Amino acid sequence: MRANFIFSEVWIGLRRNLTMTIAVIITVAVGMAMLGVGLMINAQVTMMQGFWYDKVEVSVFLCAKNSQIPACNGKAITDAQTKALEQQIKAMPGVEKVYFEDQATAYKNFQDSASNNPLVNATKVEDMPTSFRVKLADPDKYQPVIDALKGQPGVAQAMNQKELIEQFFVMLDKLRGGALAVAIILVLAAALLIGNTVRLSAFNRRRETGIMRLVGASNLYIQLPFVMEGMIAGLVGGVFAAVMLIVAKVFLFEEIGRYLALGAQIGWNDVASVITLTMVIGVLICVLASFVTLRRYLRV
Amino acid sequence: MCHPRSVLTPRLACRDALVIHFDNVTKVYTNQNRPALDHVSVDVDKGEFVFLVGPSGSGKSTFLRLVLKEERPNSGAIHVAGKDLARLSNFKVPHLRRRIGCVFQDFRLLPNKNVYENVAFALEVIGKPRRFIRKVVPEVIELVGLEGKAHRMPDELSGGEQQRVAMARAFVNRPMILLADEPTGNIDPATSIGIMKVLDRINRTGTTVVMATHDAAIVDSMRKRVVELEDGKIVRDQSRGVYGQAY
Repeated sequence: MRANFIFSEVWIGLRRNLTMTIAVIITVAVGMAMLGVGLMINAQVTMMQGFWYDKVEVSVFLCAKNSQIPACNGKAITDAQTKALEQQIKAMPGVEKVYFEDQATAYKNFQDSASNNPLVNATKVEDMPTSFRVKLADPDKYQPVIDALKGQPGVAQAMNQKELIEQFFVMLDKLRGGALAVAIILVLAAALLIGNTVRLSAFNRRRETGIMRLVGASNLYIQLPFVMEGMIAGLVGGVFAAVMLIVAKVFLFEEIGRYLALGAQIGWNDVASVITLTMVIGVLICVLASFVTLRRYLRV
Repeated sequence: MCHPRSVLTPRLACRDALVIHFDNVTKVYTNQNRPALDHVSVDVDKGEFVFLVGPSGSGKSTFLRLVLKEERPNSGAIHVAGKDLARLSNFKVPHLRRRIGCVFQDFRLLPNKNVYENVAFALEVIGKPRRFIRKVVPEVIELVGLEGKAHRMPDELSGGEQQRVAMARAFVNRPMILLADEPTGNIDPATSIGIMKVLDRINRTGTTVVMATHDAAIVDSMRKRVVELEDGKIVRDQSRGVYGQAY
């Protein structure tokens, strides 16, 4: 096997089909980037689920003076009521831990979680509600707790944080689905484009391949330059996709993460494994498409 | 492997050096009723020079394509270079073709490669080492009478010279058999003589030459074995024949 001979053939083939090659590279790059973004969202969701489901708790907001919430009737909760409520929550089955969040703590948490939000400056410590934070042994069994606490005297609102987070996860799921759908369509387009490129290439080089066949070149020797063309296009597309994914990590995931306080961030090792995977898939698809087309258009 | 001949001209001895052996071969192309070859049996010995003559459509090209295993017969057995083609896997066909050189009417040179590169191409694509190529290509270019023209491009050469390049390419790997499909078809008679001299020279190195041709003058002047096909059947097999029916 003479490597430089194969490479010169590949180079000639790629140059002759420059426009098609560029089309293949762009399609593969965008398709693989989409696939990669989908995979990265996936990793992000898994990570956030792990992070948040540990912290998920039922919040029982208590009535403050002049509260607008109808359940309070404009009256603040009394100390006796607070104590009774705490006892009641502690006695409930499935409750792991209960702690009281006063206004100062609530204000501090609010400041931490929404540092970029202009509301922070307009909010005073006195505006913050007090609440009981209830940690459940099984975060999925929140409904009976909420049902029991709603309507108790002095309780403004009982809500499960999981519901809020769930909405966000649903949105991420949709984003992931969209990215993967686009990726599949583009991968299909890339496969067809590669098929077309190889067909053109085989037609352009029918003289050479005809002679190669006659003088007894092995099938591998005849087909390899074409397959390598597809492979190189796939590889270059994969490199572009990798760049796009790195950009996405820096400017999309990290920025959004900072703004929304997602809590957990995918790391560079996740990005690296996603890049490797998309690269392998991209090259594999290109090589397969080349082989399938060669079977049809290059008689051996 | 030695089979009695079933042809018109009987041979005295049956040697064991058969290079091409057709036994009752029939080839019908799809979408055609008439067979291109009709129960053809013919043997070619090592080192023979055989003219394959007959009108267009008589099956000459089909015969050559069957030898190369570019087509497979509908019935009958074909042995080439000691191999039963029916039992030769597709994987091994390239190795068969390395033992067969081919020359065509239309030369089939690569226009973007010079004479040397065209000949070297045949060796490059079967993975021969560069040192070997550098040694044998000039030798074979000299053999076909193109010394000093190694760096010319095909379009700078006459038709006869281009055909010499094609012959050099076909012969550079020292094949056992050289198939020539109307090699003088595009060349004027004076130049054809030179081409035939090269073929004769190649034949003298021990390579079996099978040449399909329409060129009566060449066949008559060479006085070699002539196999005549008509409508896919062998109608004549003469050891020192001429083109026409004149015996």
